[in-house]
Amino acid sequence: MNSNDLHTISLYVSNKPGVLARIAQVFARRGFNIDSLVVSSAIDGNYSRMTISAKGNPEGLDQIIKQASKLIDVLHCIDHSQESVVSKEMALIKIGVDSEGRPEVLQLVEHFGCKVVDFTESSLILMVTGDSGKLDALIKMLGRFRVIELVRTGKVIMARGDEVT
Amino acid sequence: MSASDTAILEPETITKPTPNFSVKPNVSPEAMEGAQALVRRLEMEGVEYIWGLSGGAAIPIFDALVTTNTKIKLVLVRHEQGATHMADGYARVTGKPGVVLVTSGPGATNTITGIMTAHMDSVPMVVITGQTISSMLGKDAFQEADVFGLTMPVVKHSYMIKNSNDIPRVVKEAFHIARTGRPGPVLIDIPKDMSSGICTAELDPPMDLPGYNPEIKTDLSSVMDIAEALSRSRKPVLLAGHGALIANAQQELLKLAETLNAPVTTTLLGKGAFPETHPLSLGMLGMHGTAYANKAMVECDLVMSIGSRYDDRIVGQPQRFCQNATRIHIDIDVAEIHKMISVHHHAVGDARAILAELNKHVSRLDTADWQKHLDGYKKRFPLKYKKQGGLKMQHVLDELDDLTNHRAIISTDVGQHQMWAAQFCLSVDPHTWLSSGGAGTMGYGFPAAMGAQFGRPDAAVWAIVGDGGFQMTMCELATACVHKLPVKILVLNNHYLGMVRQWQELFFDDRQSGVDLEGNPDFAKLADTFPGAKGFNIKRPADVRKVLKKAMEYNDGPCVVNAECVKEDNVYPMIPAGKALEDMLVDAPKYKLEKPTGST
Ligand SMILES: Cc1ncc(C[n+]2csc(CCOP(=O)(O)OP(=O)(O)O)c2C)c(N)n1
Ligand SMILES: [Mg+2]
Repeated sequence: MNSNDLHTISLYVSNKPGVLARIAQVFARRGFNIDSLVVSSAIDGNYSRMTISAKGNPEGLDQIIKQASKLIDVLHCIDHSQESVVSKEMALIKIGVDSEGRPEVLQLVEHFGCKVVDFTESSLILMVTGDSGKLDALIKMLGRFRVIELVRTGKVIMARGDEVT
Repeated sequence: MSASDTAILEPETITKPTPNFSVKPNVSPEAMEGAQALVRRLEMEGVEYIWGLSGGAAIPIFDALVTTNTKIKLVLVRHEQGATHMADGYARVTGKPGVVLVTSGPGATNTITGIMTAHMDSVPMVVITGQTISSMLGKDAFQEADVFGLTMPVVKHSYMIKNSNDIPRVVKEAFHIARTGRPGPVLIDIPKDMSSGICTAELDPPMDLPGYNPEIKTDLSSVMDIAEALSRSRKPVLLAGHGALIANAQQELLKLAETLNAPVTTTLLGKGAFPETHPLSLGMLGMHGTAYANKAMVECDLVMSIGSRYDDRIVGQPQRFCQNATRIHIDIDVAEIHKMISVHHHAVGDARAILAELNKHVSRLDTADWQKHLDGYKKRFPLKYKKQGGLKMQHVLDELDDLTNHRAIISTDVGQHQMWAAQFCLSVDPHTWLSSGGAGTMGYGFPAAMGAQFGRPDAAVWAIVGDGGFQMTMCELATACVHKLPVKILVLNNHYLGMVRQWQELFFDDRQSGVDLEGNPDFAKLADTFPGAKGFNIKRPADVRKVLKKAMEYNDGPCVVNAECVKEDNVYPMIPAGKALEDMLVDAPKYKLEKPTGST
């Protein structure tokens, strides 16, 4: 693994103020940049689920996981980088396009299985879900058009079968 | 109004209308103010002392110390940093969390250095900070500081009280977290409306800490692996750190060392985990450790750390540390394993329990040649100093060690005097050596000594401080006088920030920059101005014993012994920061040194 490997980490934490700040500090102090972060309430509303994607060297990541696990509000913290997990992400993409360019965009929409969720004379908003690689590919293809805005949710993952996320 | 008007008017008393605060809400008899519940819960935690200093946001809590008629004694300090170091010193000698109580804003920020010092050295502490009222949070209210956020990286855990009824549970959890597992400081920020609000919660509620499991079940097979590795060693070194003391593993360590017939070195904070008078002791290792301890590390075939974190001050260059030896790590904190250096075997858990188990599976090793070899180093490279040519810090410390028979509690500040104290004041008993190891906090030594004296009122307690560091917290002389603490403060006075001057001399062509402490007071005279304190001076080598003895006889309050030492002297042995243990300088180098590449 080199220092630019992307790691995906899942955390199960108490749903309390300050928890996110503590976890962010564990990364920031060791110079890790968080690429994406998704937080939402767990089934039991006293807890939250976090999925964090970050780049860095494996030793640094090992420390981060151990230090994050030590936090009183963290119930568990697992690196899923090496495992096969279900990994999904969603993006909303606003494209500036007139009636002339539209058919080509709609072809891409069909090919990538996305949805058009907003339609105006001069723009479209596309919604695409899938693994992050698929999103990257679509965004690359759309590069030929005028991408006005792009919002990605960040990756969420779930471990397969009996494994814990 | 003209001047003539004033002349003819009768003086009149103006009464400004004031709202009436005396009406208290109607509460049931068992209901208390949050602050009172706090004090009751502190009593249940066995708290004897609170070190603190009040202010607007903390007044309700200070008031509760009166209205509850508690037996907890409040020690009013002169600066909040002093409070944290006193709590720290108390905690290190008793093992019980020290408690600090301060006000919001500047009161709270003044504690940060002490909290960080405790955090770096795994010292249990509970810091209670007053806070502005809840509805004003985040509005830049008077003396509002985001203390919860400011302290987050230097605490084991922290709380902000949002409901007065949470106070008993939070306090219970805070003490539990501070003292269990790897100990550390816990902060509780209490808005004023929460401390003065009504608390009807029971005082002994269940804790709610699903993410905290300090009870670690040690993997027995890892202990067997370690025993097996030990059995193959002919040149072992046992390395004891602060964790060995926190776990009270000194008996088990002694048994292990004697069973194996293996030498023991300790870190700065491990002093006292193994008697330094024992023939198997190598003293302290590391940057200013003994030559024989460091040489043993270089040549050993096995190193086993018990409760040290292999920090940069002892491993030098991690890539070159004990490369040909079997490396073993015993620690309660799994995050320490492989953090600095990779190890072949490790066991995670309580050091005492692990050593007790290990002791069942080990037997005597053939270390005769190894010990003879190390004894050779002890003879060739002893710790040494000259009594002629001006007063040496080492001389004063050596005499002190002799006069106190290694039995005094020693609390040091940070600098050259600290390193010489570590070398020359042998630690025999556990929990009698206090020093800011991880943080290296100047100003620590004296207030920590006071805390130790509060915790061990009958012990002889010496603060060994430099002229620089003492001035950072010497205002606590007043506090020591009020409580008639017979702490002895030995100021090893070189009129310099000596340790920094040493680095400038060795690595920066002796260019002095900001190290001359001109303007120092006369410390002995200064002491005399505090009611009940006494000052002494040591001016010449011939005075040392006589004056130290006089100081030992003065027990009505604190005393300051100002020892006028030679100004420019350097601590050796020395491993320049970032260098490997092989690169140790046993004596002053005869060549120019490169600038150190290591962190500090
Ligand atoms: C609060 C703080 N500021 C600065 C330092 C850096 N520092 C380490 S040792 C030292 C010199 C200490 O001087 P003194 O207290 O006189 O002790 P000496 O080295 O002369 O024995 C300094 C400035 C520190 N450790 N702590
Ligand atoms: Mg000095």
